[in-house]
Parts: sequence; C-alpha cells; structure tokens
Amino acid sequence: MSQESSQSHSQKAWQSLLRNRLTVAAMVLLGVLVLLCCIGPFFSPYGPNDQNLELRATSPSFSHWLGTDPLGRDLATRIMHGGRISMLVGLLATAVGSIIGVGYGLVAGLAGKRTDALMMRFVDVLYAFPFITFVIILVVIFGREFWLIFVAIGAVEWLTMARVVRGQVLTLKNLEYVQAARACGAGFWHILARHMLPNVMGPVIIYSSLTIPGVMMLEATLSFLGLGIQPPDASWGVLISEGAASMAAYPWMLIGPSVFFSATLLALNLIGDALRDALDPKSVRE
Amino acid sequence: MFRFIFSRLMQGFAVILGVLCITFGLLKLAPGSPLQSERNIPDHIRAQRMAMSGLDQPLPVQLWRYIVSFATFDFPVSAKTPGRGVDEIIAQGFPVSAQVGVAALLIALALGIPMGALAALRPNSLEDRVSTVAATLGICTPSMVLGPILALVFGLKLRWFNASGWYDADDWVLPAMTLGIIYSAYIARLTRGGLRETLAQEFIRTARAKGASEAAIVFRHSFKLACLPVLNFLGPTAAGLMTGSIITETVFQLPGLGQHFVGAAVNRDYDLAMATAVFYAALIVGFNLIVDFLQALLNPRIGFKA
Repeated sequence: MSQESSQSHSQKAWQSLLRNRLTVAAMVLLGVLVLLCCIGPFFSPYGPNDQNLELRATSPSFSHWLGTDPLGRDLATRIMHGGRISMLVGLLATAVGSIIGVGYGLVAGLAGKRTDALMMRFVDVLYAFPFITFVIILVVIFGREFWLIFVAIGAVEWLTMARVVRGQVLTLKNLEYVQAARACGAGFWHILARHMLPNVMGPVIIYSSLTIPGVMMLEATLSFLGLGIQPPDASWGVLISEGAASMAAYPWMLIGPSVFFSATLLALNLIGDALRDALDPKSVRE
Repeated sequence: MFRFIFSRLMQGFAVILGVLCITFGLLKLAPGSPLQSERNIPDHIRAQRMAMSGLDQPLPVQLWRYIVSFATFDFPVSAKTPGRGVDEIIAQGFPVSAQVGVAALLIALALGIPMGALAALRPNSLEDRVSTVAATLGICTPSMVLGPILALVFGLKLRWFNASGWYDADDWVLPAMTLGIIYSAYIARLTRGGLRETLAQEFIRTARAKGASEAAIVFRHSFKLACLPVLNFLGPTAAGLMTGSIITETVFQLPGLGQHFVGAAVNRDYDLAMATAVFYAALIVGFNLIVDFLQALLNPRIGFKA
C-alpha cells in the first residue's frame, strides 16, 4: 500500500464520517461536553469542594443550575470537575490498555508458532478471569491513588486489542513486501516497528475509540463501589453513586451526573461505530 | 464429535487451572494477609492460626493444596468466616444470582431479538431507526443509573415491588429488568448485524429465486446463521449474569454472589477469592463449551473440528 493511496483512503473515510449527520451531531456533542468540563469550572463562582452547610441540599435554581448536595456543594461545578476526572481516566486507561494490547499482539503474531500459541492461550485464560476481582486486587496492591486506577483498568482492558492486532499481523506478515524486507536482512524488531505497526493502526484506532466508553464504565463501577476516586474528589461514578444513595429525597443528585455520563457514552459510541464503518473496508455501506 | 468435546474439555480444565494460578499469584503479591485485621494477638497464637490455615507453608505447597482441594471438591473453610466452607458461601449466593441472571437473560432475548430482527428486515425504515437509537441508548445507560431509577419509580413511587432487599418472591423482577433491558440492547445490535449480513448472501438470493416465502427465508434459511454472533456473545454473558452483577446486587442489596467477588478481594479472604474466581472461570468455560457445541451444530462450515 503506497503512501498516496493510504492518504486518499483516510481522506475518503473522513469525508464519509462528515456526511453522516448523526456522527457530526455526536462529535459536536462530545466537543461541547469536553469543553464544558475543561473550561467550565473556571467560569463557575463555586469550587468543586466548597461547602455551604447553611444551604444544604437545594433543587436546581438560578444560582445553582443543577442544585446542590447535602453539604451545599454546587452540583454543576462538581459534575464538570468529575467529568475531567472521568474523561482523563477514560483516555489514559485506554492508552495503557492499547499499548499493552498492541505490543502483545504484534509480538505474538509476528513471532508465530509456539510463542504465538502460548501467548494467545494466556489471553484465553485471562478472558475466563473475573475481571472485577482482577481490578480490585490490582487496586488493593497499588493503593487507591489516582494514577494507579487507570493503570489497573488498562491492565485488564487489553485482551481484545491483542487479539485484533495479532489477527491483523497474521495476514500482513506473509505479504510480499514483508518477505522482501526479510530478504534484505531486516530483523524481527525492525519488521515489527517499521512494517507491522503502521499497518495495524487503522483497526487499533477503531478499537480504541470503542474501548473508551467501556473503560469509563469500568471506572464508574469502581468508584460506585468506593474503590475508585476517593472523596472529596469526585468522578461521575462517585457522583452517580452519591445520587443513587439519596435519590428518594434529592432526585436531581442522580439525574444531573447520569445525564452527563450517558450523553458522553452515547457520543463516544456513535463516533466509534461511525469510525468502524468508515475505516473498515469490509463493512458494507449502503 | 466425542474427540471435539474431549479436547474442548481438556482446554477448559487448562484454562481453569490457569485462572487458579494467576489468582493465587496476584493474591500473594497483594500486601496484607487474612489474619491482618486482628490486632494484638500473641505471636504463638498467630503462628498457630497460620499453621491451621496452611499459610506458613512454602508458596508452591500452598498452591498445590488449592489445586488438590478444588479438584477433589474438598473445599477449604474460609479463614474469615469460621465454620463455613467456601462452597457453602457460594451455594448460598448462587441461587439468588442465578435466578436474577436467568430472568435477565430471558428478558434480554425476548426484547433484543425481535427488535434487532425488525430493524434488519426493513433497513433504513422508521422501525430500523427507532430500534437502532433505542439500542444505542441502552448500551449507554449504565446499570448504576437504570437500577436506581427503576427502584425509584417502581419501588418507592408506585410501590409495586420492594425497592431493595431479598424478602418477597418477586424481588428478582427489578434487578432482572435492569440487566435485561441493558443486555437486550447488545443483543438487538448483534441480531441486526447478523441477520443483515446473512440476508445479503447468495444462498438467500437462491431461496428467493426459487420462490420461498419471506417467512421461510427469515426463519428457515437465515435465522440459524444470523444467530451465531448472538450465541457467541451469550456464552461469557450468561456466565457473567449468573454469577451476579456487582452493581445491581449493590443497588438492590441482594444477597447474591457478586458481593463476594469484591468482598473477598478487599478483605484478603484468599480462600473465598480463589473459590469465586475458579467458580466464575468454570462457568465461563462451561458456557463457552455449550456455545461451541451449538455453533458447530448450527453452522456446518464450522463443524466439530477439534
């Protein structure tokens, strides 16, 4: 595949992405949510952990758009701050998982034979592993610090990526240009880095974009169980779990963060699906 | 066919053994021990208790003991809950989780398959759009959001069911609905994809050309093949649902199995953590075996190859 044709392929993919109105809407939605979480807190008159004990829990009002929690903290500010944490964990954990998965898949696929068989059997074993126990043990080992949470999540979210990359490498490594490189004396790592890695990036991008929502869900699960982000900091998972605990009395505490979380997941899923349709030549498009 | 089943069974045992070893390794890596929380116990008593639960043995010996005890179904007594074997703890939680899980699975299939099939049969119609949007929304609704909402509406406001707990005969309904609705979204997507791909194939065109009715095309010719992706998804999902979703069991406060997955790891209850991990792995292996078998049965191109 020459540089030129791959360029036009990605350009075509980009155009077909933009043609779909639903995808554009999802991108705009995601952009607004990201912007809101990144710069929103600077415009808020409240800090995320500022308490106002006289105020207590109030329903949405003009001064507190999304209401306050029982400690009088402004929910809108907390949701925007929580969004930063959730999105950051989503991105970083996906990055960690992707790096492990791509590396593992590349080595297994290119090495082939017994190494490949052994490495993929290990992946099969991990698939039968209760991942939540795995993450919890990792969190218990590593402690509950912020940067270790996404390492722990990344450490369980690489299995499918490894399979995808290995499958891709198996078809690539017998192509003529790889044989030519090998005939020229290119070594294992050279072929891996120069000839395999660039050509698996398409599926890797697609699969990463589909991994982010799953990872954010996992972070929310951990935080919901009290094993993720620790108070007074709050991710969306923490806010939702606080809201669920007091939903009968203060329903806005559940509704606010849930709407933001679900909207983000929705936008990410739609974009991921559209990317797969656009970049995967096998998918049928009508 | 017997060779097929035999070789899959052997692979399954290898996977379970692998899970056992990895869990053991992870637990030993984690700081702390099951006896850690009890403060101020004299050294000789601590040593005695360590010896009683076998924690003073070298690691390979400890691992070997676990393998033997699981292989002979002679389960260890959890150090955290004296007098109760881990098998009793699992036997107590599993029926609750399984009841909710099976109900959730049936709800998911009953909602998901018709929704996906309807969407696939009329591509780009209103039905297709509505069902695709509903499925995407379902995938984006975490159970920690849907669960509390259902509890609020049907439990606290309408008072049709208990909002939480496991007291009445119908307490499985809300958690099963929570999980069923969410998983129906995945099943609808897979059904739609599988059926559309199948309907585009040559042998369907042949069936159409020879004058088969639309119903015959869908039910006799396509459905077997179109079900394969759903079937593939159902293996691990069924195992996951039957061992209890931790979130729904927390939201609805069910005495199921899910709590032990978290509790055992957090409390460093080695025996229970090992037991739950092995139990989960065994269910996954079992369901995957069933799925492999059904797939071979449904798709002659896959067949019973070992």
